[in-house]
Amino acid sequence: MRGYSHGRPLFLPPTEIARNQPIPSPDLLDKRLLFVTGKGGVGKTTVAVALGLRAAAEGKRTIVCEVSSQENASRIFEHAQVGFHEVEMEENLWSISIDPDESMREYVLLQLKVRAMRDMLFRSRIFTYLAAATPGLKELVTIGKIWELAQQHRKVKGGREYDLVIVDAPATGHGIGFLQTPRTFAGIARVGPIHSQALELDRLITDHEHTGIAIVALPEEMPVNESAALEAELRSEIGVAVDRVYLNGLYPERFSKEEAERLAEVAAGENGSVRAAARAAVSEHGRARSQRRQLARLRKRVETPVKTLPFLFEPELDVEATRALADKLS
Amino acid sequence: MTAIDEILAGKEICVCAGSGGVGKTTTSAAIATGMAARGLKVCVLTIDPAKRLADSLGLKELGNEAKRVDPALFERHGIEMQGELWAMMLDAKATFDELVARQAPDEESRDRVLDNRIYQQISGALAGSQEYMAMEKLYELHSEGQFDLLVLDTPPTRNALDFLDAPRRLTQFIEGRSLRVFMKPTGLAAKVAGRGATVALGVLKRILGFDLLADLAEFFNAFSGMVDGFQERAKKVNSLLADPGTCFLVVCGPQGEPVDEAVYFHRKLVEAKLPFGGVIVNKVHYPADGADGNGGDLEGALSERLGDAGLAERVAANFADYQALAERDAANIERLAAELRTKGLIRIPYLDEDVHDLDGLAEINRYLFASSEERIELAAGRA
Repeated sequence: MRGYSHGRPLFLPPTEIARNQPIPSPDLLDKRLLFVTGKGGVGKTTVAVALGLRAAAEGKRTIVCEVSSQENASRIFEHAQVGFHEVEMEENLWSISIDPDESMREYVLLQLKVRAMRDMLFRSRIFTYLAAATPGLKELVTIGKIWELAQQHRKVKGGREYDLVIVDAPATGHGIGFLQTPRTFAGIARVGPIHSQALELDRLITDHEHTGIAIVALPEEMPVNESAALEAELRSEIGVAVDRVYLNGLYPERFSKEEAERLAEVAAGENGSVRAAARAAVSEHGRARSQRRQLARLRKRVETPVKTLPFLFEPELDVEATRALADKLS
Repeated sequence: MTAIDEILAGKEICVCAGSGGVGKTTTSAAIATGMAARGLKVCVLTIDPAKRLADSLGLKELGNEAKRVDPALFERHGIEMQGELWAMMLDAKATFDELVARQAPDEESRDRVLDNRIYQQISGALAGSQEYMAMEKLYELHSEGQFDLLVLDTPPTRNALDFLDAPRRLTQFIEGRSLRVFMKPTGLAAKVAGRGATVALGVLKRILGFDLLADLAEFFNAFSGMVDGFQERAKKVNSLLADPGTCFLVVCGPQGEPVDEAVYFHRKLVEAKLPFGGVIVNKVHYPADGADGNGGDLEGALSERLGDAGLAERVAANFADYQALAERDAANIERLAAELRTKGLIRIPYLDEDVHDLDGLAEINRYLFASSEERIELAAGRA
């Protein structure tokens, strides 16, 4: 008998398995590697740092990695730019900004033990060309560095061991391409060291036991649509474990429907501050309700458990405001 | 403050740029709609496959060809179309293929690139290729001269500046052809390249594996006949962007981070001598009008009016929260205006309803196209 039943192949490709029989994956912060992704401007860095603060508070040695060289995490900590260094922000919490050129250098250093060869390579034009021109190489070495950070026995001399590596990943679109890079490279290089290393990276990304993804969304029509599309693509195209969707910036429900109706009447018959305050309350009520509708849509459209994070009425998000979010994460 | 139609008077190209999540797509769609309503033939282009533009124009989907948006759609939402609105979504891969076909000296060179395994894997995902292809399509549509105005919604890049850099990066990538010389380290090439390169190549083989190196060399080699054509084209695209008929609009939000990025982006535009038109700040919390009317004891006045101390307290707390955000926004916008030294700063309020359809576009257009006096009235009508 051939390996078919009901016309369905018995041996499914890995992504099919991932979709059809979700392997129970450990809690978010018990993983070793966590990618935080979502549409631009939804608060990915804030959530990544909040997750980092939470894990660190639980005693896990945690590092938050940025890959866009924007150093938004440093900004939250009001810390000077950290660059390509593992810098301690708080007890148990480190931060690094992964620069592809530095990652490439480090990669070569780890590959070539003979100093003369390394110097020769760094000086040669051919290497500079290749490093700058080869498509996707920057993303590949960036993921390579993330892999290195997540190793229990670090390759880098004197490297600290982390319990959890959190990546503030590129936005939707770029994010998918980013996580797909190793597989693309494994396809391009059919054999050889790059092929096997790219496969190793792809294995790490799709390892449901150790690697997870958190999607950050906003309670608005289009971000909800995009988050649902992103979840589907991450699960089916890449085969990663999407563990959590965070709906960020949810307004409190401060007023009941009856109260809002009353306040609308007051606003119509008053002026000055009373009118302005009543109108602000009516607006708030409307927004809070429309956000609840979006939350319901999101829950209906994604398979992943959705957690909500409150809108913070803070002029700028500093580390204490972010810590307030950290308590509401799991 | 100036209205958007004054900023765009006589312009043929409008590029909307800004970091992700600031409402670029909606703003682009609203500008294109408003300009078309005022009698122009406008095409709005997006490269974002997330269907955002299609959604906001009430369309099912968009393709790589410009499609006219049915004017009846707008009339139902109170917008009278005196001109025409067209929209398209760019397919980066298809555009890249077309470009290769156009630049290839002969069919054989064309097919060598299009059939190359590495090209097929990366032509859609190549760093900078999306951005460059957006510029390329813009150039093509402009040359064809079918539209009065082209509005480009730039791709959601990690860095709003990526696309300015795209032509240079693409040229750099094609110049990887030099690798071909090194791949044959015998004869003349070896003499030119020298012993250092031969050793470096040996080292690279060890790291990358011979196969990959050979494939890469073949990939760059396939492009070798097109380098001049690509460079020529990149130059033309760049001069179109710098033309006075082009206008860059920076789109941002009122928080500290987007404002910082807008300032940075504006500086880069000026450095690159590209024509900056103005800045649009979305989702601004407006300060409430006449907020000091009750001598400070708002909660007391509310309590008296409502006869419910608990509710009054919540209303007052909510109001204080919004006022704090309005103050923050005002301070950030003041900083933005000072840094940019521009009159072209348009504020769009944080609307009660989230903007994702034609009603939302119509609402945004009231602000984009309002004269100074109208804008004051609009602001006064809001809390």
